Amino acid sequence: MTALPERAVTPTAAGSGTPLLERGSGGDRIFQTVLTLGAVTIPVLLGFLVLELWTGARLAIGKFGLGFVTSSTWDPVAEQFGALPLIFGTLLSSLVALVIAVPLSLGVAIYLTEFAPKVIREPVAFLIGLLAAIPSVVYGLWGIFVLIPILRTSVFPLLRDTLGFLPLFQGPIYGPSMLAAGIILAIMVMPYIMSVSREVLLAVPDTQREAALALGATRWETVVTTVVPYARSGIIGAVILGLGRALGETMAVTMLIGNRHEIAASLFAPGYTMSAAIANEFSEAVGDMHLSALAYVAFLLFVVTVLVNAGARLLIWRVSRGSAAGGKAL
Amino acid sequence: MNSNLLRRGFSNLMVGLMIGAVLVALLPLVFILLDLVLKGAGSLSLEFFTRTPAPAGESGGGVAHAIVGTLLIVGTASLIGLPLGIAAGIYCAEYPASRLTAITRFVADVLNGTPSIVVGVFAWAWIVATQRHFSALAGSAALAMLTIPMVLRTTEEMIKLVPNSLREAALALGYPRWRASLGIVVRTTLPGIVTGSLLAVARVAGETAPLLFTALGSQYLSFDLNQPMAALPLTVFTYATGPYEEWHRYAWAAALVLILVVFVLSLGARLATRRRFELNG
Repeated sequence: MTALPERAVTPTAAGSGTPLLERGSGGDRIFQTVLTLGAVTIPVLLGFLVLELWTGARLAIGKFGLGFVTSSTWDPVAEQFGALPLIFGTLLSSLVALVIAVPLSLGVAIYLTEFAPKVIREPVAFLIGLLAAIPSVVYGLWGIFVLIPILRTSVFPLLRDTLGFLPLFQGPIYGPSMLAAGIILAIMVMPYIMSVSREVLLAVPDTQREAALALGATRWETVVTTVVPYARSGIIGAVILGLGRALGETMAVTMLIGNRHEIAASLFAPGYTMSAAIANEFSEAVGDMHLSALAYVAFLLFVVTVLVNAGARLLIWRVSRGSAAGGKAL
Repeated sequence: MNSNLLRRGFSNLMVGLMIGAVLVALLPLVFILLDLVLKGAGSLSLEFFTRTPAPAGESGGGVAHAIVGTLLIVGTASLIGLPLGIAAGIYCAEYPASRLTAITRFVADVLNGTPSIVVGVFAWAWIVATQRHFSALAGSAALAMLTIPMVLRTTEEMIKLVPNSLREAALALGYPRWRASLGIVVRTTLPGIVTGSLLAVARVAGETAPLLFTALGSQYLSFDLNQPMAALPLTVFTYATGPYEEWHRYAWAAALVLILVVFVLSLGARLATRRRFELNG
């Protein structure tokens, strides 16, 4: 959209000499002031958020410094805190989620843009989009009473029997575990990765596909050799956006991960994440140092998600800009 | 010849795998909705909607306190968040060249990606810690903060879709800028803005994490925004993680109610835009 001049030219009524729109200019000023106030509020709120997190965490930052990130003690009684198990749990559960969700969502996205009959495209995308509308706590409820029993009785033993030579799939099976949290996260981030990569794939110009098909490529070869490479950085952006979601997800993870301050090699073992620790301990925190340590965790989580999301947006923006340019060239 | 057959076979195999991916992706949705109805519908009764919980361990009671709480907390959050988000969204669309627009848009993206639990910590530090008690208002503030960036971006996108000629026509007829904006441009996009608002409210209504240490939850019916208050998502969480069999049944029923609320809001959002398209056609 092109920018309009800030003030519209004011025509005058013939003969009268007074500007026809005199009564409007006051309204214009009020209009602009109200909107500007609304727009200014948002950066101010963010500044406030950063400030409050920082002041909340100041005590812990002063005492533990960056060592907070590498220490694994979490002892509210002795007031010794280190977030390594939390950071480890956040990263590992998100990684598990991506390993499961990325192939699935890309498969769905590619199928829906390139292969599916026209009539089912929108309905299927809508249904998978519904997954994004389900509240996190409902995923947690379903995870506790439906998913975990299934995993404990059939999936985990199967994994241990077939892939048990890997340290990832060894050890006792409890139910609440890193893997259970990863699976529920995978279901939750799938709609995001799917819908963004679908949009990116839709932005690939048809000439790309036609050229490959004309050279005798099969439809799959067309996808692999021309469509996906064209959309590559956008797809990576979609995946990173999903990662951002997974890192900050709280309720479902809190209900399924087992909540133990431990670093274990096995995915069957319970763990903890940054968001889950805040959710569980914040309202029951004893002492200022405990609260401050949790605020420190929140601060770190905020910084990480901002960086991840900024990276994702940059990649998606590059593709959409590229396709806009391509569209003009046609 | 043979290699061509192989290539085509491989292509078909991959298509088959992708159809499998679609089925696997749809499986959780079917499962979750089915389980919610099967395990939750049985506990829905008039009592469930009109009574507050019986004392722990006793049977009976309902979640009226949580339904009222969710309505109050989400309603207050919408009253704060929607006008702010919409005003900022109109600003960004009306003054695209302004530096404030670039900053606001960027900040909205940052806030959109901020985990809701972090926003909860912020609301705690800002309101709960200074007031020295938990309150529903702090929960509303956290939820409002989550609504703002969503509404802002949809409002801006919607307004940008309006052809410039409409605005120019209004200005040429002698409309002042504010009337051209509100009366013509915003009015044209009103269904879109309603849709965006309803979707944001629907998403925020299911949020639990920012309420954990702001609204906190409560066992009693309360209308006082300055006190701790129950909410449906909090009730689902407490009952699901609690020790009693009956609590678990109530968690399923409350989750079913919650998801119905969310789906009805989302559906309403779709209808708001659809009707507009019919008018246009």
